[in-house]
Amino acid sequence: MYTIQKKVELNPTVTLMEVQAPLVAKKAEPGQFIILRVDEDGERVPLTIADYDREKGTVTIIFQIVGASTTKLNHLKEGEAIHDFVGPLGVPTHTEGIKKVAIVGGGVGCAIAYPVAKKFHELGAVVHSIVGFRTKELVILEDEFQKVSDKYLLMTDDGSYGEKGLVTNALKALLDAGEKYDEVVAIGPMIMMKFVSQLTKEYNVKTMVSMNPVMIDGTGMCGGCRLTVGGKTKFACVDGPEFDGHQVDFDEAMARAGFYRGFERHAHDEACNLFKKEVN
Amino acid sequence: MPNMSMKKNEMPVQAPELRNKNFQEVALGYTTEQAIDEAQRCLNCKTKPCVSGCPVQIQIPAFIQQTVDGNFEAAFQIIAQTSSLPAVCGRVCPQESQCEKYCVRGIKGESVGIGRLERFVADWHNAQLDAKVEKPASNGHKVAIVGSGPAGLTCAGDLAKKGYEVTIFEALHLAGGVLVYGIPEFRLPKAIVQKEVNALKQLGVTINTNTVVGKSISVDELMEAGYEAIFIGSGAGLPRFMGVPGENLNGVYSANEFLTRINLMKSYQKDSNTPIMSIRKVAVVGGGNVAMDAARCAKRLGAEEVSIVYRRSENELPARKEEVEHAKEEGILFKLLSAPLEVLGDEKRFVKGLKCVAMELGDPDASGRRKPVEKVGSEFILDVDCVIAAIGTSPNPLIKSTTSGLETQKWGGIIVNEETGQTSKEGVFAGGDAVTGAATVILAMGAGKTAANGIDKYLMAKKQV
Repeated sequence: MYTIQKKVELNPTVTLMEVQAPLVAKKAEPGQFIILRVDEDGERVPLTIADYDREKGTVTIIFQIVGASTTKLNHLKEGEAIHDFVGPLGVPTHTEGIKKVAIVGGGVGCAIAYPVAKKFHELGAVVHSIVGFRTKELVILEDEFQKVSDKYLLMTDDGSYGEKGLVTNALKALLDAGEKYDEVVAIGPMIMMKFVSQLTKEYNVKTMVSMNPVMIDGTGMCGGCRLTVGGKTKFACVDGPEFDGHQVDFDEAMARAGFYRGFERHAHDEACNLFKKEVN
Repeated sequence: MPNMSMKKNEMPVQAPELRNKNFQEVALGYTTEQAIDEAQRCLNCKTKPCVSGCPVQIQIPAFIQQTVDGNFEAAFQIIAQTSSLPAVCGRVCPQESQCEKYCVRGIKGESVGIGRLERFVADWHNAQLDAKVEKPASNGHKVAIVGSGPAGLTCAGDLAKKGYEVTIFEALHLAGGVLVYGIPEFRLPKAIVQKEVNALKQLGVTINTNTVVGKSISVDELMEAGYEAIFIGSGAGLPRFMGVPGENLNGVYSANEFLTRINLMKSYQKDSNTPIMSIRKVAVVGGGNVAMDAARCAKRLGAEEVSIVYRRSENELPARKEEVEHAKEEGILFKLLSAPLEVLGDEKRFVKGLKCVAMELGDPDASGRRKPVEKVGSEFILDVDCVIAAIGTSPNPLIKSTTSGLETQKWGGIIVNEETGQTSKEGVFAGGDAVTGAATVILAMGAGKTAANGIDKYLMAKKQV
């Protein structure tokens, strides 16, 4: 059983869970993901690994409550169990030869960006972290990021905390100030990753992005997660989830991400109604 | 006196106009009377050509004679000696090109309905409540099986019966492989697969779901963990796409994804948590059994119009005749001698059409079939909002890329000794689609059986040294 050892609400819509999954914890690396099913008839939900503890045999996931499944997941309490939990899937973050890196995280994407920053820090690389949120209330993992970063810049859209502006403004300022990065890693909303990639292309800095498309099996079997990278079709589950941001066709990926939007909204409302009934 | 009717007892089926709106099983199975009547058509001939046509050598005349006498449990036990999944095979085996192809009765008239009888006997057995299986005494040897499809289940069953301690590792959350994610409910009810899986558990087989061998644990680590032999039955899961523009538009599915959403994730049920798009007009590209399954599922989801787009003619359709007939009865259209050129999309990147070109058959190619050639200037557009690519699958490269010393063909198939299933790596055996590329359930079962014998011989020889 995949028992929830710890549950923390990071902000009103983002939750952290530490899940007992020794086999996954033993092999997990930053950049990889797991797939879970909340219950017997649940859909298969891919989530990138936020942290792991090999000794305790736990894997940490951080998720935003966006649809029916994440709503149900968020209703599980410490001590309760997730029905299915499989991984680690995908290819780990490439770290070889990188001495100085800029980590760009947006919103809940910071949950995935953090273990990448931590890994680079542990490997002795210089880490500049640039994180962005809509507003102060949504900020997550501030202390954690600061611990593993040589420079930490926090941006909010409304200026309620840190600097006002977008992560791309901050990254551009650093690049203009002459910072030379071996690589930029951008993880967040697709639109953010697209604009970070456009910016770094001008500066000719290699950029990796972490894609999280619609997915079922996570082992290369369905092809639902396919995207175009450098003109070729790739499967995010086995070839990624990290890809060269300068090669990714973001417009196609964004269209594909919206395939089931109508269904998801409907299902989310249904799930919310269900829980409302339970409460009453 | 044998029943000398030239024709088989017809299989009772759900009426086409009813069944193309539900996911319940199409073929309803023989009644006891029909089964006995059909069994009496068997001449019980000495040469038993049917047996040589069976990949797992079921003693066909023997089980049929027991059926004639109404000894259905005895009939079942004869089948069960060599087949681990009789209720499955009775439904999905291509009997017309195997056992029934060689039946003497088929020379003048129709062969004995062997598959239908197998299904009847297996279903009769499964309907008996106290059909408990005894767990055999352990011989102390541990074997790991990678994948719980037909090859893995068969290999596991055979080894468990010999006393091995067998553990199956399955990547998905449910055991059964293609039997649960691929073949639709209306051809193979999932409750039947579940029964077969439960029977294996009663034999003492452990099934670890949610374990991706090659990711969660490697083949080498399994050996270190004390498994003395490993069978790889990881199937041919990697879907091929058409390689035409527009393939990544919303509304283009691989048959694998389309069928997995419907079968494994039950998206055809209204309260399912996994979505499937609501479809209006569908083109299924390909002419095999998977294409027929996808087309018939699409119809059942409520599509107004479903077309099979296939580049050769009806004679070359690789699907079973029965499947093609069933599809036609259910209203599936066949756009034969047509090949896709481009998937057309609207401004929101959803499919709005499939541009095709007409083909004609030229000289035979390497496969012996006449090669389709494009007819210049014959392009046409099919009005569709969903395109399903059912043009084949390749072995999943995950095991190969994470197992040292495992040799494969260029196209990915694992190389084995056909007599034993032994691979180039000591103690590692393989079979099924992972070896052959996409084939049939029964061939995978045959390979699982061969490998079970191979593993038994290998471990017993090792013990003596």
